[in-house]
Amino acid sequence: MTERIDRIRQAAHRIRHNAIDMAEAQGQGYIGQALGVADLLAVVYTDQLRYRPGDPDWPGRDRFLLSIGHYAIALYAALAEAGVIPAEELPSYGSDGSRLPMSGMASYTPGMEISGGSLGHGLGVAAGMALGLRHQGNSARVVNLLSDGELDEGSTWEAAMVCAHHGLGNVTAVVDVNALQADGPTAGVLRTEPIADKWRAFGWHALRVDGNDIPALVDAFDELHEHRDSPSVLVCDTRIGRGVPLLETREKAHFMRVDEHEWQIARDQLEEGLSR
Amino acid sequence: MTTAATPKKLTTSAMIASFADPGQRTSSAPFGHALSRLAAERPEIVGLSADLAKYTDMHVFREAHPDRFFQVGMAEQAMLAAAAGLAEVGMTPFASTYSVFATRRAYDFLCLDIAEPGLNVNIVGALPGLTTGYGPSHQATEDLAILRGCPNLTIVDPCDAVDIEQAVPALADAPGPTYLRLLRGAVPAVLDEYDYRFELGRAAELRTGRDVVFISTGLMTMRALQAAERLAADHVDVAVLHVPTIKPLDRDAILRAAGTDRLVVTLENHTVIGGLGESVTATLAYAGVGTRVVPIALPDEFLVAGALPTLHDRYGLSTDAIVAKVRTELS
Ligand SMILES: Cc1ncc(C[n+]2csc(CCOP(=O)(O)OP(=O)(O)O)c2C)c(N)n1
Ligand SMILES: [Mg+2]
Repeated sequence: MTERIDRIRQAAHRIRHNAIDMAEAQGQGYIGQALGVADLLAVVYTDQLRYRPGDPDWPGRDRFLLSIGHYAIALYAALAEAGVIPAEELPSYGSDGSRLPMSGMASYTPGMEISGGSLGHGLGVAAGMALGLRHQGNSARVVNLLSDGELDEGSTWEAAMVCAHHGLGNVTAVVDVNALQADGPTAGVLRTEPIADKWRAFGWHALRVDGNDIPALVDAFDELHEHRDSPSVLVCDTRIGRGVPLLETREKAHFMRVDEHEWQIARDQLEEGLSR
Repeated sequence: MTTAATPKKLTTSAMIASFADPGQRTSSAPFGHALSRLAAERPEIVGLSADLAKYTDMHVFREAHPDRFFQVGMAEQAMLAAAAGLAEVGMTPFASTYSVFATRRAYDFLCLDIAEPGLNVNIVGALPGLTTGYGPSHQATEDLAILRGCPNLTIVDPCDAVDIEQAVPALADAPGPTYLRLLRGAVPAVLDEYDYRFELGRAAELRTGRDVVFISTGLMTMRALQAAERLAADHVDVAVLHVPTIKPLDRDAILRAAGTDRLVVTLENHTVIGGLGESVTATLAYAGVGTRVVPIALPDEFLVAGALPTLHDRYGLSTDAIVAKVRTELS
């Protein structure tokens, strides 16, 4: 394993740890999703994105837009790993008066670029940021993490057309395909496949990878980085609960219940996975 | 884990947040059960949801009548347009999502596909007003303000499980479009302790009183009844007029209630702009009645995230806050 991959792998491990600690403090939450996207967030925040941890408003920063407010737990875990927010603050997740609300909001948290919660907004905002940055001669990129559920919303595809029409090569969409949404498996709620073909038909450069395979993610992001003629999308197939077999094998649920005594098991299983 | 230095604070836990008091009598998924029962007698009833069947009690209907449930995915605009289409060909749809998405995201479809043709589509919005601690994205604090301006639309804000069970058949019977502010999950049962029946378009006096009259809607009627009880212990005699139908408003009942020298207090789980308080105030002013009205409602601001009990206290919807407000007004 190269030094680069190993470094990212360690970061992903710490992100998962952070997320488990937060979910335990809240007693429940979107831990399944967080563990699923930990690898791609580790790649984005420790290998791809340009930012200054101590200066979240730096105009030259790449913008990372979290469409999916309920994934905030994952982003807080990554922002702590990235040094944007102090790790000591993580246990306050979802508590009264915390800067880390359950549903991500820009007005609460440094490094949170937009407010989520109402799904299907991120890509439209990304389009506007990308148009503005390009107009200003700012070379920053705009990355939007969306979910497979957000592919149901018309607004996502409206924004996809805006990005393609304007040739926004500075936009990268990352779709977390965990094959799940609120009412159950995506395939049963609303068929979204073939996902990559849909994006291509909308004028996007599309790649699809295993979203829990760090070397594959790195290769894909490197390739997308070079591609500047059109907007790019990375479709990532991820596994809910990834890294914690207890949760990976549990019946998939949008809002996963975890018993009090299971948090320590989860942490132990995570350690075992890293040493393997 | 790293230990938190701060004492344990209340957490949002929004998916299971309930406004029921500890130990309160509740009924499970009253909307889903009422709709399933009604559909057993009425084959034209259909259900739709936008990836929120499980979170709007529509899953009960889905299980009882799988061939009459249509999942449209997380696409609220398409859901309301499709509900209009179903009604156009003679079905009677109940379409559920969260109130914020029914009103903010899909309002154009509600207005033009459903309300303008006057179709019998029943829109069911969960998490009305402040019933989740998720923050503004999920708190439908202005749904009544948005919808009251929509012609043809009947708007119902039920107090409890009893109201919901009785409202569902009435909404299906009403020929035009309706909007129901859904209370989901374990919903308190309160009104069966009173001589009460839900009647569309009718307010009901649940309690008489000489000093104060509460004009309340939705879950705030439950709080109004509790506050009235507490104030009675202080020898303050409080009447409660429950107004479950926000539109069309029972103007006669409101004029009767306010036509005395009692202190008039309106209570609603909604912003102070454009909801029950302003409806009552306008009713009085239009009739030339100059009574002062004390509004208990959410402030005109984006609310914070947090635990529901904390937020109800902070924004004045808790029973304690109501009692305190009335005491101040009377002193
Ligand atoms: C516009 C909008 N409609 C509905 C919801 C309610 N909701 C929250 S998460 C969710 C599921 C969306 O799918 P996805 O993000 O893929 O879910 P996950 O993978 O986290 O289970 C839904 C319907 C919402 N937040 N926003
Ligand atoms: Mg999903």
